[in-house]
Amino acid sequence: MPAPRRTQPSPASRRMEASPVRNECLVATYAQPESLISAVRALRAHGFKIYDVYAPCPVHGLDEAMGLRRSRLGWVTLVAGVFGLVSAIAFQFYAAVFDWSLNVGGKPDNSTLAFVPITFEITVLAAGLATAGAFFLRSGLFPGAPARLPAPRVTDDEFAIALRWRSSVFETGEARRLLRDNGAIEIRQMVMDL
Amino acid sequence: MTPLHAVHADRLVLQPQRRWLDGDPSLTEIGDDVARPLNAWPGRGWFICFAAAFSALAVGVACVSYEVATGIGVWGLNKTVGWAFDITNFVFWIGIGHAGTLISAILLLFRQRWRTSINRSAEAMTIFAVMCAALFPLIHMGRPWLFFFVIPYPNSRGPLWVNFRSPLLWDVFAINTYLTISLVFWYVGMIPDFATLRDRAGAGIRKTLYGIASLGWNGSQRTWSRYETLSTILAALATPLVLSVHSIVSMDFAVSILPGWHTTLFPPYFVAGAVYSGFGMVLTLLILTRSLMHLHTYITVRHLEAMAKVTLLTGSIVGFSYATEFFTAWFNGSLYEKATFYYRATGPYAWCFWTMVTCNAIAPQVLWSRRVRTSVPALFVLSILVNIGMWLERFVIIVTSLHRSYLPSTWVMYRPTIIEVGTLVGSFGLFFTCFLLFIRLLPMIAMWEVKADAGAETHAAIAGI
Repeated sequence: MPAPRRTQPSPASRRMEASPVRNECLVATYAQPESLISAVRALRAHGFKIYDVYAPCPVHGLDEAMGLRRSRLGWVTLVAGVFGLVSAIAFQFYAAVFDWSLNVGGKPDNSTLAFVPITFEITVLAAGLATAGAFFLRSGLFPGAPARLPAPRVTDDEFAIALRWRSSVFETGEARRLLRDNGAIEIRQMVMDL
Repeated sequence: MTPLHAVHADRLVLQPQRRWLDGDPSLTEIGDDVARPLNAWPGRGWFICFAAAFSALAVGVACVSYEVATGIGVWGLNKTVGWAFDITNFVFWIGIGHAGTLISAILLLFRQRWRTSINRSAEAMTIFAVMCAALFPLIHMGRPWLFFFVIPYPNSRGPLWVNFRSPLLWDVFAINTYLTISLVFWYVGMIPDFATLRDRAGAGIRKTLYGIASLGWNGSQRTWSRYETLSTILAALATPLVLSVHSIVSMDFAVSILPGWHTTLFPPYFVAGAVYSGFGMVLTLLILTRSLMHLHTYITVRHLEAMAKVTLLTGSIVGFSYATEFFTAWFNGSLYEKATFYYRATGPYAWCFWTMVTCNAIAPQVLWSRRVRTSVPALFVLSILVNIGMWLERFVIIVTSLHRSYLPSTWVMYRPTIIEVGTLVGSFGLFFTCFLLFIRLLPMIAMWEVKADAGAETHAAIAGI
């Protein structure tokens, strides 16, 4: 899997002059979730757009700080659930009433109540599988997907903020200052295969 | 351990959180502790347990092979008692699974912190237990290679569809859905941990395998945000699912007209019993695992105490259900119902009944004492009693109701053969073999959840002072 390439250390002046690589990022790492959140807040308050934040575990309050909107996965669950429900009840009805009605203990062909348990199970199955599938698709997770890490320890004990290349980010010192003032351990410019 | 109350500035401050970790491991230490068993060579204790489990599995494979090759006549079943050991085992194992889903899904919805370090192993237990359970109806078919007849697919026999009105078919759907959703939930929960293990491993086969399993996870907060939504949705789906599974299993009995089975009490009674037996098994497993794997920091006595409380609650519900069953048998005026319960308590299987009452209704009452709840040996003994009691409960329900029903000319006795006992032993072998492999090959504690909680607890400690 392609590991993130670090840009060659070069004098600041040369970097300024060089034509910017499109997927170059400014990455700052943090040890504490608290400083991470305050850095995110400060950057957004100063009008910087955050590309993404990386953490080894979900950080409470970070969604709000980043201004992420609520996931719409619940709609997938609803639609898939309704689909499962309708198809399960319709299929049982078709099989038991139209296709081959069978007299079982004198019960009516359309024993709707007796169809409820299977309908319920299929509803849950369809909703669960579709939601998980939608999550994998939307997040780009699949077997063999390369792990694009902004820093080697973000899945262990470090937190990171990545800002994408913009002249405002890279050519003034403000973004770096904000990152540093909020307790960044390390700030570096790197190419991420995003 | 943080004190629950601290007197601060002349007033009682209720500390908002209680610590579910012993000591104060850093985030990377949590990773070290969980990953250690995956990298180190297993100790002697593990090998002894594995040898025992694997031998039991071998016994089971031999017995099942003999049964499949010969026919279910090698069991002690007869015309009257057509369900016995085999279906007892099925209900027993499916019940064991329920505690895992309760811990991973229901306690997640209730935001119970103590679930974090035990939910992974409890969920693994669910999956292995459901696998063991599914085995029994399969071999009970007599010709297990025709199992696909239970799936409604367009076939050359008409197509003759399956009978959608039968609770036995509901079981097929319930168990398959339960197994599938549990597997998805379990795997999704492990993805961030696979990523952690991938990034900790040096180059090599380990890194490649963890890399494939982690699906390219990189800890992006956008993914985390979606991930938490997914977990909540899966938990919200698994919660009614788990209640439905044992309700449907109970309907295998309740829908029939056999005295002792035909009762509306069965679904809630079975669900409570399932959770009770499942917590018994979780206690057995975790008490063993925490000492085998040296995980006392993460699986603390406070975790065991919390589980003991659930055991006490569900055990009391089970005891209350026994009383209700007897009351209903007496109160409803049905001669056959009354006779069935009379024979249960005084008939040839009375010893099973009274052992069951002792293990399930009386024994858990000692958990009212905090000293018992915090004593590891006492809990271990009790957890074994719970397992014995709950296995016997299913045996009592199935066999005592069948062996004496309406016609005295059908009254017979049932005795298991050695093949049936061997199959039960084999199912325990399968379960423990899977579990022992799980604790060596997969992260048995949800690292990311423990890390998130460790962070949250630091917050709370800061806020509380």
